[in-house]
Amino acid sequence: MKPVLFRNARLVDPWNGTDRIGDLLVAERIIAATGAGLAAPADAEIVEASGKLLCPGLIDATVFRTDVEAAVAGGITSVLLMPDQSPPLDDPALVERAERLGKPRLWVRPLAAATRNLNGRELAELGLMQEAGAVAVATGRAAIADAKVMLRLLRYAAGLDLVVIAHAECPFLTAGAVAGEGEYATRLGLAAAPAAAEAVQIARDLRLAREAGAALHFACVSTAEGVALVREARAAGQDVTAGTAPAYALLNETALAGYRSFARLSPPLREEADRLAVRKGLSDGTLSILVSRHDPRTQDDKRQPFADAAPGAAGSATLLALGLTLVHDGVLTLPALLAALSAAPARRFGLPGASLSPGAPADLLLFDPDAPWRIDADTLAGIAGNTPFDGLPVTGKVLRLLKGGETLLA
Amino acid sequence: MPWEIGYLLDEAEQWVDAGRRTRKHDGRLEGLTQINAFFENSTRTLLSFEIAGKRLGADVVNLAAGASSLKKGETLLDTALTLNAMRPDVIVIRHESSGAVALIAEKVDCPVLNAGDGRHEHPTQALLDALTIRRRKGRVEGLTVAICGDILHSRVARSNFHLLAALGAEVRAVAPPTLMPPHVERFGVTAFTDMDEGLAGADVVMMLRLQLERMEGAYVPSTREYFRSHGLTRARLKAAKPDVLVMHPGPMNRGVEIDSAVADDIQRSAIAEQVEMGVAVRMACLDILTRPRRDAA
Repeated sequence: MKPVLFRNARLVDPWNGTDRIGDLLVAERIIAATGAGLAAPADAEIVEASGKLLCPGLIDATVFRTDVEAAVAGGITSVLLMPDQSPPLDDPALVERAERLGKPRLWVRPLAAATRNLNGRELAELGLMQEAGAVAVATGRAAIADAKVMLRLLRYAAGLDLVVIAHAECPFLTAGAVAGEGEYATRLGLAAAPAAAEAVQIARDLRLAREAGAALHFACVSTAEGVALVREARAAGQDVTAGTAPAYALLNETALAGYRSFARLSPPLREEADRLAVRKGLSDGTLSILVSRHDPRTQDDKRQPFADAAPGAAGSATLLALGLTLVHDGVLTLPALLAALSAAPARRFGLPGASLSPGAPADLLLFDPDAPWRIDADTLAGIAGNTPFDGLPVTGKVLRLLKGGETLLA
Repeated sequence: MPWEIGYLLDEAEQWVDAGRRTRKHDGRLEGLTQINAFFENSTRTLLSFEIAGKRLGADVVNLAAGASSLKKGETLLDTALTLNAMRPDVIVIRHESSGAVALIAEKVDCPVLNAGDGRHEHPTQALLDALTIRRRKGRVEGLTVAICGDILHSRVARSNFHLLAALGAEVRAVAPPTLMPPHVERFGVTAFTDMDEGLAGADVVMMLRLQLERMEGAYVPSTREYFRSHGLTRARLKAAKPDVLVMHPGPMNRGVEIDSAVADDIQRSAIAEQVEMGVAVRMACLDILTRPRRDAA
């Protein structure tokens, strides 16, 4: 493999908290050196990168499908795969198989199903799945309704030093709902669940995690009250983190107008006060991990009356660009965004490849943060283009992506 | 008041008169095909649209599919394309899903009439209610209309919120807290959970049907408790104006949301008249919506 030397790039290393102009040399699948005016090995490919940004390949901490094309287009080198697969990832063999599915272009880090068949009742073989490569345990698309099961899960996972990734919606309050309670759901006549469904679940799981001494991560927080509960628990010293997706910081219930089924998400889009609180949560680090919740759905699943359409949106290919929108809006600094997209999930789930330190694996993203493009659902990379951001002008173009020193996209 | 609403109600008046004659046939829709595609069970609305179309001379075909045939695999949009290929001149659609009628309307080349979509809208019901009120009271503007019952699940309530507010009525939403949708005041209506307060001084009381499956513990504890708190009785109606008009979109649950003595009070109940106005309003809609293509023919 030919060495690659990036010259005069803006090197943003969220793991080490550095941000400077310099060179970076990739050789033998690792970052060989960084610094100013590095000497190029004779056979090296030289990439002139002034004005461009070089950072660790993005880590997308929540996807529902292994969609290599979408991830690569989005500058993502690692994904955490939710256990809601067919069949669910509740067995070591399935975990091993899931891990292989992205090779050689994408690191797939499987999340172990918390319970067998995700039934919410019996614990799955968490220890064996951990040995097989699961990086954490997740409840998947739904929370565990039974508090006793949840407590046992948290205790058992704590014994294995596994972080529990929880879905933050009370399943009883959300049963039958297709939207969040609010003016739009009322006007459109959609069955809706109150925003309190999230707070109810977060409050319960925080309390149970304290009881168990477990590390807890809420996969996606979308309400003002949910953000406040996580903030409070973190301030009190609890081992809890939380993520969110760009949609909850950029869209609100008004996106449902005209019954746009691409805006049917889980958790649902909320009222404006919730959107503003999510932005605040991202700014102050309460929501430290930004995820795509990539969930590609075909036309057949989405071209339906709103209530019959499948929830979820494609998100991998637009994750970086929408994150940069939050940078333009002043919600996050550029290094903070890249931390939320690499170092933060790497630290939380013990993953390699989120730094620019010499010796680190050469999972690298080179992008132009200012290059404009327009999100187009019809041409979006990946399995399907069901994005609620169709037509939105954004910036941020992936110029080159390396995984283990191998160039995937240039 | 938006002129379109007034025009439509004026047009409907002639069909009320026509409907009272022995020979009711008009024939202006002669040769046109009207499909009534009802994906959700309905008796009275389907019948009303069928009679309206036939009185105007259209070839009326009913597709009473229920949701079941769709579940055999064909998507709603494929069904829409199939219907469209039959080259209808107007399609009347009812569907259990909010927004489904608009989705189909995007895919077909003829006018589409919404005969009820989920909890969203039931526009011809609101129009017939407005016509009934206007004929009985001489106006809609300035009247206080209390819409009472299961507002949460009611497309009739939502359409009436829009229409009656546009016509200048003061509209109230009266429901137990579990059947009141959040932010209902954004429709420009005033919300009451207490029935007696909601009825005070009302010119018109519009009762809504409470679905049986919602009565036994899910949203309210029982039918008898509901009748006690929100059922319309003679005693309770005393809070309203002496000449109050009582309406109900049907079918009624006697003894649940409305007492028979009130429902059958010919001085105050307009319930049968609403059904009659329904045919007239639907004839006006079918006539007006098919004019462009009739003129082009």
